[in-house]
Amino acid sequence: MMKSKPDEEDYWNSSKFKAFTFDDEDDEFSRLKESKQAVNSIRRLVEEDDDEDDVEKVSWSGEPVGRKTKTGSFQFSDSLSDSSVRLYAPELRKPKSEYKDYVSDWSPEETVHRMQQGKAVSLEKFRSLQDKLLLLDFSISAHDGNVITAVTLFTITFTVLFRELESRQTALRHFIHYLTETRDQRLLLELLRALGRTEDIALLQYKEHLSIADENKRRDFLKSCLSLPFSPEDSAHVQDHYTLLERQIIIEATDRQAERGGKVEIFQKFPRRASILNMPLITTLYYCCFYHYTESEGTYSSPLNVRQTFRISEKQFFVTALAARAKLKAWVDVDALFTSRNWLGFTRKKSPLGFHRVVDILQKNSAPTQVLQEYVGLVDDAELRISLAQKHKCHDIIINTYRDLKDRQQLLGYRGKVERGSVEERKINELLDNPQIRWKN
Amino acid sequence: MAAHLSYGRVNLNILREAARKELREFLDKCSGSKAIVWDEYLTGPFGLIAQYSLLKEHEVEKMFTLKSGRLPSADVKNIIFFVRPRLELMDIIAENVFSEDKLHSSREFHILFVPRRSMLCEQRLKEQGVLGSFINIDEYILDLIPYDGDLLSMEYESAFRECYLENDQTSLYHTAKGLMTLQALYGTIPQIYGKGECARHVANMMLRMKREFAGSQNQILPVFDTLLLLDRNVDLLTPLATQLTYEGLIDEIYGINNGYVKLPPEKFAQKKQGEASKDLPTEPKKLQLNSAEELYAEIRDKNFNAVGAALSKKAKIISAAFEERHNAKTVGEIKQFVSQLPHMQAARSSLANHTSIAELIKDITSTNLYLSLVSASEAFFDNLTVEQEFMTGVDTDKVNTYIEDCIAQKDPLIKILRLVCMQSVCNNGLKQKVFDYYKREILQTYGYEHILTLNNLEKGGLLKPQTSSRNNYPTIRKTLKLWMEDANEQNPNDISYVYSGYAPLSIRLTQVLARPGWRSIEEVLKMLPGPHFEERQQLPAGLHKKRQQGENRTTLVFFLGGVTYAEIAALRFLSQMEDSGMEYIIATTKLINGTTWIKSLMDRPECQTP
Repeated sequence: MMKSKPDEEDYWNSSKFKAFTFDDEDDEFSRLKESKQAVNSIRRLVEEDDDEDDVEKVSWSGEPVGRKTKTGSFQFSDSLSDSSVRLYAPELRKPKSEYKDYVSDWSPEETVHRMQQGKAVSLEKFRSLQDKLLLLDFSISAHDGNVITAVTLFTITFTVLFRELESRQTALRHFIHYLTETRDQRLLLELLRALGRTEDIALLQYKEHLSIADENKRRDFLKSCLSLPFSPEDSAHVQDHYTLLERQIIIEATDRQAERGGKVEIFQKFPRRASILNMPLITTLYYCCFYHYTESEGTYSSPLNVRQTFRISEKQFFVTALAARAKLKAWVDVDALFTSRNWLGFTRKKSPLGFHRVVDILQKNSAPTQVLQEYVGLVDDAELRISLAQKHKCHDIIINTYRDLKDRQQLLGYRGKVERGSVEERKINELLDNPQIRWKN
Repeated sequence: MAAHLSYGRVNLNILREAARKELREFLDKCSGSKAIVWDEYLTGPFGLIAQYSLLKEHEVEKMFTLKSGRLPSADVKNIIFFVRPRLELMDIIAENVFSEDKLHSSREFHILFVPRRSMLCEQRLKEQGVLGSFINIDEYILDLIPYDGDLLSMEYESAFRECYLENDQTSLYHTAKGLMTLQALYGTIPQIYGKGECARHVANMMLRMKREFAGSQNQILPVFDTLLLLDRNVDLLTPLATQLTYEGLIDEIYGINNGYVKLPPEKFAQKKQGEASKDLPTEPKKLQLNSAEELYAEIRDKNFNAVGAALSKKAKIISAAFEERHNAKTVGEIKQFVSQLPHMQAARSSLANHTSIAELIKDITSTNLYLSLVSASEAFFDNLTVEQEFMTGVDTDKVNTYIEDCIAQKDPLIKILRLVCMQSVCNNGLKQKVFDYYKREILQTYGYEHILTLNNLEKGGLLKPQTSSRNNYPTIRKTLKLWMEDANEQNPNDISYVYSGYAPLSIRLTQVLARPGWRSIEEVLKMLPGPHFEERQQLPAGLHKKRQQGENRTTLVFFLGGVTYAEIAALRFLSQMEDSGMEYIIATTKLINGTTWIKSLMDRPECQTP
């Protein structure tokens, strides 16, 4: 077996075109250095020996297998020995000489049966509509999609098609599948329309937009989809899709110009990496929060306008704005997002999002420790707060939390972790010495 | 290479040999030197049947991937296209043939369709004007491919989609054909049970096929006692859950394809002696995973939390074996030690590989919430928590905050879909308000074109609005004991260990069928979709098995629409249980996990433009 290796390697290497192996062990082999080979190939050698056994079994020509296949009712080998006789749809006729096999007058049932076995048949003798439908019904009960499709195509003349197929759902499905595969969009839509499968038509038509590259054509196409019979919910989504692309085209044109003009600072500082066309809504919102944050609600690119138009949930808007402003390190904007006044006029931080998630987003945008600290401190759950504080080295929070928990032991332990002589150590010592705290341990 | 196929209860190597024989026969029909042009999708499944050495013996000198344009030059007599019956592939073949004729007129063309010829494809070739150029047009019936000693797969990825979305039952026809082949080799299966529409169809076709061949009696002593046909849509929940067995996790995280896995190479870097370069390998490490590898066979079905212990135990055994060399004093002893060396080396490298894989997985799955907040493992843990909440029926009728957060941070869409579908399945459909909310959030975040995907999931029954106010899931869960509070991961006593608490519904059905029988769960069976049934096939006199006392029965469980590795592990667990009295062989249209399954149901933009 080792001997064959160089041959195989030659084969793989000499082929200029991308060839591949069944068993990637082979190409791994070619990369291995000799020394490594000696050690690591042991298992492979064992395997290849096995393989050689297989090859020997080949020449042993499968006696038991062969015997069994013959006694078996119908088999692998049957279909091969039979291979001179072929399955031909009516259009695929062979020269006259091969016709002799099917001059016989097969019944519809026998015909379908022969088709399934891959034998030649003639469908042309089924002339009357009744005969054709009978043939069709037998093919349907055979469940073989290949045969059903062939018979359906043969039986179909478009005048009777829709009516008759409707009562034969299986044939219909195969025909629809066939039209989908052959991309016969026109006929397919016509068929679905005749069948009253309106939502399917709508979705199928809508799907077409994916193959339109030009954004203006795509927008116009989406507009034409608005009148399609979608379900009410989908209809609203398609409307949004259209509105979004329309808007993206306007924003893209304006921003590209602004960027080229070189006068708008933000585009100079943070050049746009890609066009906003065909991006999802939330990505578009992020873009607007990044480049157009302060715009008044009247413009297309204003985040608030986007939010309103598309009914974006509070949480989504919040997360997106937070991420965009954090990316710009606009900590003031970040801060403002959380600020709400209660009826007494005090400001307090509120968030539709858990503060641990806020910290996560800020940290991903490399916020400085002071900023992080503020939000870590707002995490409700004490244990989670401490673990976040440890991760982000917010000593104050840890110390204060242990103090609030009256956990003297933990505080003592933490003293060992902070730097000697640091502000933190002094703070811990003060707390430990404070006689007014009633420690729980 | 294929010895592991013959170690099981049923010798599946017979099936493989039959498939190899047919391949050789076809190759010999095209006499002379040949080049094969491959539909790339087929190379994986074919790899399970034959290696290059077999092809080479039959004068295959070159192999190429099918792609448009001109065929590469090769000095061979025959060009054979190995393709699936797909119209778009016919166009490529036509292009190949056309551009070929101008240069060499002497090469002969052949097509081998896998697994079936298609009239439509031949029609297409005719329309393109190339049908006459082919000397042989044949089919290679590769219905059931032996995957391991107890596992057969059709590797038919689109079966679920075709059956439940497109209502195309061709895959069921292939299934029935495959089962007939299997019966021809292993004897008529006397008892057939089934649950689901597709199962009913397959059983009907099998019974009819048998009637049609009534003339020739099958004289082989039956190997299988029972066939159980299960529709995937009877149990939509299981594939959505994250598998927690070793093999299941490898598949979840890295994807096992046709028995191979590709892994990040860093952990496999080997120190090479006498070599200066310390470059880390950049190519993914590709490993074959099956029971031919002793260690893998031992650990693959364990819950991942029990794998570490198994590996370290194995390491001790191997070290001890190597230590033996100090005790070898006489020439005879040394000789014996040396003779065992190859086996020991193999065991050592196998151990090294699986230790590396286990490490890779551990990095992702294990959490220590308060010390190391590694975000990958945090995500894994949170995800699992939510899954388990859904499976136990906690808050399935509300919008889930974790899902909401995942959408907000743009986690992969498939992850979101898996969770949302799971919630829907565990709640017998989502409340309209919740359904609309998720739908809007998904479309806004990932793009409106996913309307198409969401509609597909709805058609497949994975994601739907609630139609009746009655939620059956809790009843099903309780009756079938789908949730076990105290699942023992180390020394399991129940199949629920494969999902650390959740016992796969499909396997519970299988288990109950064996004992005490489905009559005990009539109520639940009625709640699950599709009919359940029992059929008997007559055996010729003299083929009735005389069962020895204590001899196990053998059941073939066929999953129509896919099966997960964790389900397979659960069945293997049942086979090994001392008092189960039943051994299971598993067959499926395709090995799936939640991700590959959802993917097969998506309408992806990149597929739309040819």
